[in-house]
Amino acid sequence: MSKSLKKAYLWLIILFLYAPILVLMVLSFNDSRSRATWGGFTFRWYIELFKDRDILLALYYTLAIGLLSSVIATIIGTFAAIGIFGYKKLSYSLVKNISYIPVINADIVTGVSLMLMFVFLGINQGFFTLLLAHITFNIPYIIFSVLPKLHQMDIHVYEAALDLGANPFMSIIKVVIPEIRPGIITGFLLAFTLSIDDFVISFFTSGPGVTNLSIEIYSMARRGINPKINALSTLMFVVVMALLLIVNKRSASNTEKKVRRDI
Amino acid sequence: MRRWLSYPYLVWMIMFITVPLLLIVFYAFTKQTDGGIVFSLDHFRQILDPLYLKVFLRSFKIAFISMLICLLIGYPVALFLSSKDFSQKSTYLMLIVIPMWMNFLLRTYAWLTLLENNGIFNKLLEFLGFGKVQFLYSEGAVILGTVYNFLPFMILPIYSVMVKIDESVISAAQDLGANSFQVLLKVMIPLSLPGVISGITMVFMPAVSTFVISRLLGGGQFALIGNIIEQQFLLTGNWGFGSALSFVLMVLVIISMFFMNANERNGKESML
Repeated sequence: MSKSLKKAYLWLIILFLYAPILVLMVLSFNDSRSRATWGGFTFRWYIELFKDRDILLALYYTLAIGLLSSVIATIIGTFAAIGIFGYKKLSYSLVKNISYIPVINADIVTGVSLMLMFVFLGINQGFFTLLLAHITFNIPYIIFSVLPKLHQMDIHVYEAALDLGANPFMSIIKVVIPEIRPGIITGFLLAFTLSIDDFVISFFTSGPGVTNLSIEIYSMARRGINPKINALSTLMFVVVMALLLIVNKRSASNTEKKVRRDI
Repeated sequence: MRRWLSYPYLVWMIMFITVPLLLIVFYAFTKQTDGGIVFSLDHFRQILDPLYLKVFLRSFKIAFISMLICLLIGYPVALFLSSKDFSQKSTYLMLIVIPMWMNFLLRTYAWLTLLENNGIFNKLLEFLGFGKVQFLYSEGAVILGTVYNFLPFMILPIYSVMVKIDESVISAAQDLGANSFQVLLKVMIPLSLPGVISGITMVFMPAVSTFVISRLLGGGQFALIGNIIEQQFLLTGNWGFGSALSFVLMVLVIISMFFMNANERNGKESML
């Protein structure tokens, strides 16, 4: 097949992938409730969006949960990775495999299982359970971003610090952490992105009055078309794009992790 | 290094990964009776009820058709992208990956806007002199939404296997007189099989467990396994049945992982 034909086919697929998103973006500036007629350019939906208390509250929860869960997951996950790194072969692969479960399991199963756990523990579902759930699915991404960096690290540097009189904790803080910092930051950014993007797990683990943007979009979309969603999606697309550019500058392998995450 | 650093995580892992999954198994295999909680397969028997069996079969049918369409559309994309006469591979790849980072709900919602009765497609049909078509709330809409959401998951694994195929193997085939169709049939397809299998599981698994696409684009008439699980946990409160369905999905994930792992090993051997 000729090269131009191949190229045309690729562009057709790219068009298929982008057209719906672009239509949403264009419609977010459309001064008409109807989706198919152009009523002139407007920022009306953006203004209405920022007047909508429910959406603003959901935005607050999304960012709060995203930030808190990724910071906590980064701390627990980084130390976990350093600890796991020192395990014997059998326990190493056991813990690694269990940590892999939330990554590969269907989101709905993870969400439902956490919901059962919260009921079992007698915790009322709300902000706290949402946070716990997000930390839970974020930690594995930190571990799997940090572990490769530990393997690349020269273990003798750590031993040298010990020989020079640093206690184990200080050597980890002063020597190991700086060595694996790129992995930690990549993991943190990935965790934050996944947290603000999550719907299914949040849907099952949040409670009355506590929603994130995804849940808000779902309940709005279930009621039908709403031009405010268009404005919201344009903004979210731009923000995620910006985050993605930062993350991707750091590591190209994140895409693969996102692919596994979405299963 | 210091193992104790991982202990907080171990506690977390057991509490929020291991025990929750065991709870699903527990709820799936037990039943509340007057004499307390007893072992029972009733919830699994309920899956065989014609009403739910229909949902099960529909989920598999929709996931299978979507997966097949993704494969048919996606395989050529990976094939073309990996061929040596393409220079800006990474740019094209990036373009295919970017939409995946957009919120999954918004990607689905976008199609709601396009397909609805006063949507762009129907306006276009009207403009061309055809009547309106009810696109939404059909099996086709659910399949379209699924294909749209998961197509990149098919392209990427196939592509990543194909770029690693040794160029000289293809040259050898051509030197030995194979035409481009024969190269595709006898060289590219067999060597890209590990990627195809990854792609198939990566599309099939989320497709079979989705409840958002079917709810938004199928409008509730085309309930899938995911919708039934959601219903059991959030509406009817039959956690045992919901857990049994979740358990089936878990087993499915384990089976597909097994396939992928076995395949990875075979893939490596065949490359040697």
